[in-house]
Amino acid sequence: MKALRKLLDRAKPNFRPGGKFSALESVFDGFETFLFTPNTTSARTGAVHIHDSIDSKRTMIIVVLALMPCFLFGIYNTGYQHWLACGEATRPFWPMVLYGLLAILPRVALTYIVGLGIEFIVAQIRREEIQEGFLVTGILIPMICPIETPLWMLCVATAFSVIFVKEVFGGTGYNIFNVALVARAVLFFSYPAQMSGDKAFVATGTALGYGPVAPDGFTCATPLGQIATGDGTQLALTGVDGQALSWWDAFVGLIPGSFGETSVICIIIGAIILIGCGIASWKIILSGVAGGLVMGFIAHACQTPLYPASMLTAFDQLLYGGFAFAIVFMATDPVTAARTETGKWIYGFLVGVIAVLIRTYNNGYPEGAMLAVLLMNAFAPLIDWCVVNANIRRRRARFTAK
Amino acid sequence: MTMAEKTSNKTVLFNPFSKNNPVIVQILGICSELAVTAKLEPAIVMGMSVIAVLAFSNVIISLIRNTIPNSIRIIVQLVVVAGLVIIVSELLKAYAYEVSLQLSVFIGLIITNCILMGRLEAFAMANKPWPSFLDGIGNGIGYTIILVIVAFFRELLGSGTLMGYQVVPQSFYDAGYVNNGLMILPPMALVVVACIIWVHRSINKDLQED
Repeated sequence: MKALRKLLDRAKPNFRPGGKFSALESVFDGFETFLFTPNTTSARTGAVHIHDSIDSKRTMIIVVLALMPCFLFGIYNTGYQHWLACGEATRPFWPMVLYGLLAILPRVALTYIVGLGIEFIVAQIRREEIQEGFLVTGILIPMICPIETPLWMLCVATAFSVIFVKEVFGGTGYNIFNVALVARAVLFFSYPAQMSGDKAFVATGTALGYGPVAPDGFTCATPLGQIATGDGTQLALTGVDGQALSWWDAFVGLIPGSFGETSVICIIIGAIILIGCGIASWKIILSGVAGGLVMGFIAHACQTPLYPASMLTAFDQLLYGGFAFAIVFMATDPVTAARTETGKWIYGFLVGVIAVLIRTYNNGYPEGAMLAVLLMNAFAPLIDWCVVNANIRRRRARFTAK
Repeated sequence: MTMAEKTSNKTVLFNPFSKNNPVIVQILGICSELAVTAKLEPAIVMGMSVIAVLAFSNVIISLIRNTIPNSIRIIVQLVVVAGLVIIVSELLKAYAYEVSLQLSVFIGLIITNCILMGRLEAFAMANKPWPSFLDGIGNGIGYTIILVIVAFFRELLGSGTLMGYQVVPQSFYDAGYVNNGLMILPPMALVVVACIIWVHRSINKDLQED
């Protein structure tokens, strides 16, 4: 540690204004604050009364930590689904984990390289500090995409999303929409054949040359995909090996789906970490689940073969697809969610309702959670405005009544 | 003709190409930019139609500008534009039927194009026929330039073709390249127009707003 500190201190003057590499000052600053806690705090004589070392870097790291259970489970599940797809009789643990790791690592690495590259360049152009918002986005993007998404598509979507959703609005903290979700939406609408259907969600080839290869023409859709394309007479959800899936499989997460979204158990662990550290709003999560349950109950009460997803019970709606992941990790994004406390209840509830509404009544979009969160991102400022103004009116009425 | 008039005619014609472009500076006619730019060919035909309608309606309105009662001038302008649009529409149906099918309702909707009403109100009502004609041509070309740029990128990235001819080689597709379906959808036209505005404002710093 000391050697590292010394190295940084020796390099520092080169990056200060007038130094050899002064153009790269923000890059140096980014690495220095990434490695060491900044040794400056706000002045004690000023108006700041609360001294806390929480900053956006710490917040981001906790979110990444909260994502880790889902990430690790995703690694295992990728290998597990692949072994099932290959029809192997034995399913050894470590090879499956190694396969999943090799399958996801290039994706994570590439998203970080593309996203952070753009962030670094923009920071140099603007002569600002590097924003750390991409720490979370970079791991979220591969986690919410199908494992078979081609790498170049991930790069295109990441670049588009970082430039047009974040940087043009002013960088981290100024974006209107959730950057990771927009990347997924761009992928979904740009390359629907590669991003949905029955070929995207289970890895079939080798991972960097490792692991068995699935038979040619192998296909398996996600449970929601199967429902949307079903004839609607009965629900028969099957896993990769043709065995029926129960709600327990969906709860544990051993089902085909986007990399990190399948396991509800791991998502709940993540939610506990986020709520415990005060990062995510429990109001949004709770009201989102309530909204999903209400809409799921209504849809199930008037189920019709026309919309097969209405045959899922309200409880199933929470377990399948990206609903849980979106509610815990996407809807609670403090930048794009509603900020007033009452607004959080309304915002979360509507995300839940709309997610189930879209996935039930639009068979073309089996994954409604993504669109629901993006839609509500757009409405969050309006919700806040209404809440604030209602409060002003109430207080004014109380004031004039006296 | 004096020198002053000559130069002013020149600005009237060329200013709308860039410095006073109706689409990327005045932000008019965006709706048709979204609608007809998925392919290059309909975009070019649409641009030609707008140039023709804009130029001749400018001339006609300019000719009768002193006789139009002020209170019903918008109605008169609309009648003139509508008449011209119908002529253009019939001509397209007769000589370029396929394209007219692609453009469908949008030729008819030239009537509601904000650029037309804007030029008639702002220029033709107060100027002589010849400058009005040049103004119509200039603004029409300014509109068409943006239309063609947007359509170029949308067709190239969305369909891999230009004017209907395959430009992205087959070897790309074999290597795993896929056309971007989002480019075909209208929202991307907005993003492309935004990018053009971005580049244009970066070059012309005097146009940047605070």
